[in-house]
Amino acid sequence: MKNNLNELTDPTKLHEPVSISNIDDEILKKMLKSMILIRETEHKLAEARKEGLIGGPVHLGAGQEAIAVGISQSLQPTDRVFGAHRSHSHLLALNPDFYRLFAEILGKDTGFSKGMGGSMHLFDQHSGFYGSVPIVAGTVALAVGAAMAAKMQNTNDIGVAYIGDGAVEEGVVHEAFNLSKIHESPILFVVENNLFASHMHISLRQPNDMISRFAVANEIPFEVLDGNDVCSVYRSAKKLIEQMREGNGPRLIELVTYRHYGHVDWRDDIDVGVKRSQKDVADWKERDPITRLSKSLISEGLWSPDEEESFKEELRTNISLAWEKAMNDPYPDLTATMKYVFSYKSKEES
Amino acid sequence: MQKHNYGTAILAGFEYLLEKYPEVFIIGQGLWSPWYVGNSMTDLDKKFGVERVIDTPVSESACTGAAVGASLAGMKPIVVHPRMDFMIYAMDPIVNQAAKWSHMLGGQAHPGLTIRSIINRGGEQGAQHSQALHAWFAHVPGLRVVMPSTVSDARDLLIASVLCPDPVIYIDDRWLYDQEDELDDVVELNLADQRPIISIKGSDITIVSCGHTSLLSRHAADLLRDNNISAEVIDVRVLNPFIADEIISSVNKTKNLLVVDSGTLSSGFSAEIISKVVENISLNSLKSLPKRIALPDAPAPTSKELEKNYYINVDDITKEVKKILLT
Repeated sequence: MKNNLNELTDPTKLHEPVSISNIDDEILKKMLKSMILIRETEHKLAEARKEGLIGGPVHLGAGQEAIAVGISQSLQPTDRVFGAHRSHSHLLALNPDFYRLFAEILGKDTGFSKGMGGSMHLFDQHSGFYGSVPIVAGTVALAVGAAMAAKMQNTNDIGVAYIGDGAVEEGVVHEAFNLSKIHESPILFVVENNLFASHMHISLRQPNDMISRFAVANEIPFEVLDGNDVCSVYRSAKKLIEQMREGNGPRLIELVTYRHYGHVDWRDDIDVGVKRSQKDVADWKERDPITRLSKSLISEGLWSPDEEESFKEELRTNISLAWEKAMNDPYPDLTATMKYVFSYKSKEES
Repeated sequence: MQKHNYGTAILAGFEYLLEKYPEVFIIGQGLWSPWYVGNSMTDLDKKFGVERVIDTPVSESACTGAAVGASLAGMKPIVVHPRMDFMIYAMDPIVNQAAKWSHMLGGQAHPGLTIRSIINRGGEQGAQHSQALHAWFAHVPGLRVVMPSTVSDARDLLIASVLCPDPVIYIDDRWLYDQEDELDDVVELNLADQRPIISIKGSDITIVSCGHTSLLSRHAADLLRDNNISAEVIDVRVLNPFIADEIISSVNKTKNLLVVDSGTLSSGFSAEIISKVVENISLNSLKSLPKRIALPDAPAPTSKELEKNYYINVDDITKEVKKILLT
């Protein structure tokens, strides 16, 4: 495999604090808190899954928080964001309501998808989160269509498609890239390149580790960045999104990252991952997006270890309370299985 | 009253929708030169603009997926697949996405797109230009499936499909295009209220069919009348959700049932029709065993002689009816 991403894929590099220049203090703190909230929420899910309290699979994205958080600062609630199987962060970065996420994952009526979706089918259109599904690349064309609609509706809204490095191995992604470019649709393709599709390392799946080569093939402007540097993600996404809101067509941003957990649930997946070693996981945890921003803010006097500790303490209390509340919430009514198949009702049904 | 054939009735449906509803757009291959689709889409691009009548790259999956996404964002898209065979590339956006989003997101998402899919067979086109896969789609919960067999349904069910907030597979058949009729002004229908209808009343046997075979069954009933056989013909129209009440009542009256389907036999829609009937009537009341005519369990052959033999014609139906009633 050609290593076009160079040091971005070397986990012994890029451990230092991130540069916070030219970003508003409030946004910096907001991004830090958002990343911590997502991390703590996912730790709770990992623990609950391990204890057997969650019935279905959870695909955790701990380690990858900087991407959704960096992107979402430039989004508006009327944008159209589509996710995939590992989308807790994509949703929580737009709406930090972990209680409704817990309720959803527990299959409760109070969840984001009214308990009908679980971890893999999330919905919160009010915040711009149109939906996530576990069919790899299943929402890419949908996001393009929602972006085409934004243009037809004379808005400056954009579509956002979160995809992974595995998704580009599906043919529809290339159809979607091409279609979006032909129509100059305002769609941001966010490629979370975490180097793995399930258990398989990218070197066993593709001849080149840089996913952006497909942007080149479709004349789509793109950027490739350290996905664990929330400030870089923020600056780059802000610029690309502004270009799209001004009437320009698709953009692609490739963020190199790594997940702390295995493909699914709480395990490390060292045993089932091909080319996933304990050393790699440990090295990647040193390139942690939260620690790197926290250190920068502390050294600039914008944040302190005490503040971080009390923030986490309060958050953990709230997470525990939300979890307990969700655990006690009702399941959907038994009629739900049939009720939601169609939206439209006949005279007899309504 | 306006004189139409089946193709111009579809065209009139498109024109009505594009004129009245700014959120309607059409996307599919060949729309800027619609010679694939008879006279059913002529000059729509010139009249309504290429932004609303969109010809596309050869990308069935992405274009169908894009229509799903646009519908989630409040548009009413119509996807056109001039041949159903090519639509198989779009099974994920149809079956995994459009059909499921309402249910798996708690009734909050509405993928209200319409997919117009054309059965375009005969003419020695062979196995990959001929398939009638309506039973596949009717098997998927969450997809509404309609097959108009008359000139008025061609227009009115298209309009009802597009105005419905659920995903609809609208299947027409090039072998229906020569029919003519006079149409009144449009009355918008609620698709959820549409169900099978009795096209021809009769008392000796119930013949049930959908799409092109409904046309054949109507012709067969006309011929059978000359032999003093009174056939009741029921056009299914809506395959999913499938309501069999009219069919069950009819069989209770005629006590004989023949199903004629333009898809292949095994696990086909004909089986669903017969099942719904026999589950809901007293079998002792039947004068004959329910029978079905469908395509053989083989892909469509190319060679002219084989092709002629492969497809169902009116004679096949009249002969089968006589066999049922006279033996």
